[in-house]
Amino acid sequence: MSDKPEVDKISGTETTGHEWDGIKELNTPLPRWWLWTFYACIVWAVGYMIAMPAIPLVNSFTPGVLGYTSRGAVANDIAAAKEGQAEFFARIDATELTDIIGDEELARFARAGGSAAFKLNCSQCHGSGAQGFVGYPNLNDDEWLWGGTIEDIYTTINHGIRYEADFDTRFSEMSAFGKDDILTNAEIHSVAQYTAFLGGFEGGEKTTEGEELFLDNCSGCHGETGAGDIYQGAPALNNAIFQYAGSLDAIVSQIDTPQHGVMPAWGEKLGDVTVKQLAVYVHSLGGGQ
Amino acid sequence: MRNITSTIVVGAGTFITLLLAAFAQDSAFQIHMSIIALTLGLATIILLRRVGFTPAEPVDPTGYMDDPIRVGAILTMFWGVIGFTQGVVIASQLAWPEFMWEPWFSFGRMRPLHTSAVIFAFGGTALITTSMYVVQRTCRARLFGGGLAWFVMWGYQFFILLAATGYLLGITQSREYAEPEWYVDIWLTIVWVAYLVMFMGTLFKRKEPHIYVANWFYLAFIITIAMLHVVNNLAWPVSFLGSKSYSLFAGVQDALTQWWYGHNAVGFFLTAGFLGMMYYFMPKQAQRPVYSYRLSIIHFWSLIFLYIWAGPHHLLYTALPDWAQTLGMAFSIMLWMPSWGGMINGLMTLSGAWDKMRTDPIIRMMVIAVAFYGMSTFEGPVMAIKAVNGLSHYTDWTIGHVHSGALGWVGMITFGALYYMVPRLWNREGLYSMRMVNWHFWLATLGIVVYAAVMWVSGITQGLMWREYDAQGFLVYSFAETVAAMKPYYILRMIGGLLYLIGGCIMAYNIWMTILGKSRNERPIPGSASANIQPAE
Repeated sequence: MSDKPEVDKISGTETTGHEWDGIKELNTPLPRWWLWTFYACIVWAVGYMIAMPAIPLVNSFTPGVLGYTSRGAVANDIAAAKEGQAEFFARIDATELTDIIGDEELARFARAGGSAAFKLNCSQCHGSGAQGFVGYPNLNDDEWLWGGTIEDIYTTINHGIRYEADFDTRFSEMSAFGKDDILTNAEIHSVAQYTAFLGGFEGGEKTTEGEELFLDNCSGCHGETGAGDIYQGAPALNNAIFQYAGSLDAIVSQIDTPQHGVMPAWGEKLGDVTVKQLAVYVHSLGGGQ
Repeated sequence: MRNITSTIVVGAGTFITLLLAAFAQDSAFQIHMSIIALTLGLATIILLRRVGFTPAEPVDPTGYMDDPIRVGAILTMFWGVIGFTQGVVIASQLAWPEFMWEPWFSFGRMRPLHTSAVIFAFGGTALITTSMYVVQRTCRARLFGGGLAWFVMWGYQFFILLAATGYLLGITQSREYAEPEWYVDIWLTIVWVAYLVMFMGTLFKRKEPHIYVANWFYLAFIITIAMLHVVNNLAWPVSFLGSKSYSLFAGVQDALTQWWYGHNAVGFFLTAGFLGMMYYFMPKQAQRPVYSYRLSIIHFWSLIFLYIWAGPHHLLYTALPDWAQTLGMAFSIMLWMPSWGGMINGLMTLSGAWDKMRTDPIIRMMVIAVAFYGMSTFEGPVMAIKAVNGLSHYTDWTIGHVHSGALGWVGMITFGALYYMVPRLWNREGLYSMRMVNWHFWLATLGIVVYAAVMWVSGITQGLMWREYDAQGFLVYSFAETVAAMKPYYILRMIGGLLYLIGGCIMAYNIWMTILGKSRNERPIPGSASANIQPAE
């Protein structure tokens, strides 16, 4: 161990005089470029901290001379994006629904906007893929309670279903055949069997009594063949798409004490342009007529 | 009397974990405790067979305590190969999802297994091992605390076992790089305090007037990791007989705590600790003095001071308050030069010995390690700039950045240290094969280059695809489309990792043969020292 500085022959630099397990250290000064770059970085960082919100105080922080906030930056970005889309919004506002579907560019815009609005407002009940749940219609198929043309869909979204605050809302109500003693339990069972037969469910049976009861009590709205009636919002019963589950028990329950779904009128809340976009989107899902 | 206390302690541990397994509140905890009881039971049997009542052989207090280091060197190699294999497996899972066997071998459980295997098992064992080696030699003092070094070595391995088995069982507190649950954290704290005592104690009894720079870095690593580990893992268990706990932090405070920990795990575990390694093994292998003592002081203190503030750059454009984001970015930029101080000191130590780059593959390995250290500590501040981060965040670019640091810097400097240490620890004349070191060097370097380049391309592609809007203001690509576009890169990444793994296997074989005392009959590398001592004609 040498405690005296010595000169390294190769570099010509003095060592510090210390030695550990044979390792010595040269006393080379800091490389100038390293030091100046380090200083430059510090100067830049101080400047950046003056320019931007940086130093925490008791209840707030220094705002920075540029007045930057990330919330403000997002608001600006959104405003700029909205401005870029303003032209399309204006055109949707001014164009008839059928013409929107005809215009490829506008339809694409409406579908994309409708898809976003659907995820925010509709997917909670109808599902993110619009596949529906028990009591909430599937919007992908071509089975429509209130009609599947673009205007029908628009009206339904705009005014809602059984939404009493809106005078133009879609409204229909099926009688509670069991609860209000219109039919006996045996009769309900019989007509339910016939209905299950129409839908093709297990336990369905075509009996004369059931058919007669159906024609007397149900055909007024659901049609003689059970084809349904979109003008009254009466669902078709002659296929397997049943909103409140297709089983004999579920049909009995629905005849006895019917459940009725409610959808709010979205026009007031979302505005006409968004409702138009939603209508185009739902119409494009596959069942649009 | 030998091994009496340790046998009793481990036996008591077996009994307690059996009780915990019996009264466990959830099945994962029960299985975990059973595994631990089984391991401790086996350890008790092994220890019992070694109990002796003859007086222990007197220890030469002036000699170095190298047995735990020998064990650590073998374990480092073992965990390296395991960790790299894990990496290749999860890279394959990303390229071909059918490689997942739910639930134990799903990506979600395999990924922390890989990160912990390479960072904590491979890197941690390497740091503990080399720090024991370096501190004794640069202090000219035997490790402090008698059997404490053994406790640190095996206690740490026990932590790794607990963590790894816990991951596969699905036990996790979902904190990145700190996934183990509360009881494993408590165990690691105990081991780590013992490590600190052992290291500080050795420093205190040193026979050199000054503390060597490598030991500053090791000490900074040990102290800071203790602090980070304890604060980040503050949690309250649902039951003391169950595996689940809840963090003391919530919301954005929790996110910042995690990234204060996560970033400094990189800074103090993967940077400071391995700089300690570099400061000893590079001058030793090059047989040159360290380039600049002054630089080592300035870059040490500036690195230690600045690193700890840079964590918020992991949370740019999040709910983190603007002022904290600004500080995270500003401190990251200032960190550039302090990081490069280490690179300069490493590279310039070779001045006067540059010819060894041609002849000594171990030096070459260390040089490429320092070069990758410099590259990734430049890339880091660049990625911390908000505008760049807006593109790079959440993409594979980050994964590439981490791996150029991990494979390039951490891996390569550790390989260099192992190649230096092993022949000396086992008193061999040299390594089994220098040509194999050369093969390892080229396979590993090629692997890193493929990996990093592919991740740059894939990361930037991802970032650009995510943010591409069409003329109508809608996103052009769905997320699934961006995933599909990554497939070729994911396959190439797996190949890069595979090359690195093959290099690791060659090293394991080479080192094992060295330990066995063999020497490969091979043509010496031209110009190397071994070539020069060929008998004259």
